[in-house]
Amino acid sequence: MKPAVVIFAETYETRLKRPVLEVVSEARRIADALGGTVHAVLVGVRDEALASQLAQQGADYVHVFGQPALAAYATEPYARAVAKVATDTDATAVLFSMTALGKDLAPRVAAKLDAGLVSDCISLSVSEGRLTARRAMYSGKALATCEWTGGVHVASLRPSVFRLGATDPNRGAETLTEGIDDTSARAKVVGREARDASTVELTEAQIVVSGGRGLKGPEHFHLIDELAAAMGAAVGASRAVVDSGWKEHPFQVGQTGKTVSPAVYVACAISGAIQHLAGMSSSKVIVAINKDPEAPIFKVANYGIVGDVFEVLPQLTKAAEAYFSGKD
Amino acid sequence: MKIIICVKQVPDTETQIRLGADGKSITEEAVKWIVSPYDEFAIEEGLQIREARDGEVIVVSLGPERAQSAIRTCLAMGADSGVHLLDAAFDDLDAMGTARCLAAAIRQLEPYDLVLTGQQGVGGDNSQIPGLLAELLDLPQVTMAVKVGLGDDSANVEREVEGARERWQTSLPAVISAQKGLNAPRYASLKGIMKAKKKPLDVKDAAALGLDPDVLLPKTRIVKLELPPPRPAVKMIEGDPGQQSAELLRLLHEEAKVI
Repeated sequence: MKPAVVIFAETYETRLKRPVLEVVSEARRIADALGGTVHAVLVGVRDEALASQLAQQGADYVHVFGQPALAAYATEPYARAVAKVATDTDATAVLFSMTALGKDLAPRVAAKLDAGLVSDCISLSVSEGRLTARRAMYSGKALATCEWTGGVHVASLRPSVFRLGATDPNRGAETLTEGIDDTSARAKVVGREARDASTVELTEAQIVVSGGRGLKGPEHFHLIDELAAAMGAAVGASRAVVDSGWKEHPFQVGQTGKTVSPAVYVACAISGAIQHLAGMSSSKVIVAINKDPEAPIFKVANYGIVGDVFEVLPQLTKAAEAYFSGKD
Repeated sequence: MKIIICVKQVPDTETQIRLGADGKSITEEAVKWIVSPYDEFAIEEGLQIREARDGEVIVVSLGPERAQSAIRTCLAMGADSGVHLLDAAFDDLDAMGTARCLAAAIRQLEPYDLVLTGQQGVGGDNSQIPGLLAELLDLPQVTMAVKVGLGDDSANVEREVEGARERWQTSLPAVISAQKGLNAPRYASLKGIMKAKKKPLDVKDAAALGLDPDVLLPKTRIVKLELPPPRPAVKMIEGDPGQQSAELLRLLHEEAKVI
């Protein structure tokens, strides 16, 4: 049997999440290096369109667990499903995205397989049939290279870091109808309140605009919202802003908040404490706007503007509106 | 209600990281050690549950000698007793090995109602222990809890996911991991610190946990630890706000090619 790379295809309201497509792309790259195949695991949905999307992104097989009892996510049965495919295919690697769901599911699957898990990887490489992974430690102050000592390589991949491969509309995959005997769950979702669907998800955004304490009060945070809207960006906040109650915790970027890796991170009136840098230092390009030229944020920034956010942000919003409307 | 809380001693986030001579670890000198901030949310939640419903709160931590001070901190906050998992054989554990030791210690505390942990230990940031523990103990899990409401044999838990807040229901006992937002952890009082010195603290090694060292062999290991590459020097944009804005967008488009 060819080496199998298994990926968990997380869905959100019958769509594949973008981080899943990144994981499939990376799985394809690894499978090619191993001379192997990519197996996607789709649980709780029976949708040909999703299977063909996974195929076009690089999957060779799509294992569909379409049992109605699996419609809503629950850790235990989903872990059984992924572990079943990993066992049946004698998987070399099992990959997840480090989303809230991936963070919940991956360790449970690793324990079932008695396998090692490397979490929140920022790169993977293959040498002599084995994987090594790189990941950040100590709030991004160090980078670790990790290896597995044997067994299945289980890894979760940081969203927005791995390159999305090209899709091939002519690529097909074999769809396999799967099932698990025990669909029971002792812990399950009984309700769900979606936040405003028009806002861009922080961890998946290509551009993030974040505000800090230099905005002086919640009544000024609209300056951040407006710039974010003009740039099609997600809104983030520093810990100081969240701890002061100006913004809720889901907006927090940093050590005790979210880790983001957008193409552009715009830090507005954020001094750049290490707790904040921990959550955004893997961004591709960092822009800092701060009135204090000595603020530590300028040490990690690619572009800096020393200035008053109350003067700069309205101008930047106007310029961004013109730029992005002209672009479309 | 018997609540077991797993805590980890970690370097303070502000601590400067120096690489060790082996190129795989950090030097411990001059590191300030703290209880992982997420674990403090777990402790606080356990204490609030005990205050509302009676029972006991037991803290379990695996680590070298220094980890005892983290357990004492939790006892000073109000936990009733501690278990320190200490053995030279624990020095090179990965997350799975750590979870096996914690699971063995927790089994020795049966019967219990709830296992609480932080949603990740800062520093390593693996976020694996809650799920590994739940599987090893054959318990349900709810991770990254921002609200916990306990019934007698079930719990309602809320967690934040991308774009939504989910409400979960789980039977007990269960493993629940704490996320920021769950509560505001208390500080240890002077009286608490004095009382903590007299609270029971068991020390257990691999033999006491009934663990064969072979099952603790790491499945993953760090082969190299390095400082991140320095970022290029910042390019400061001059001019009035209008000029700075136009120049920034031009640079993002033409030079960085990201918009």
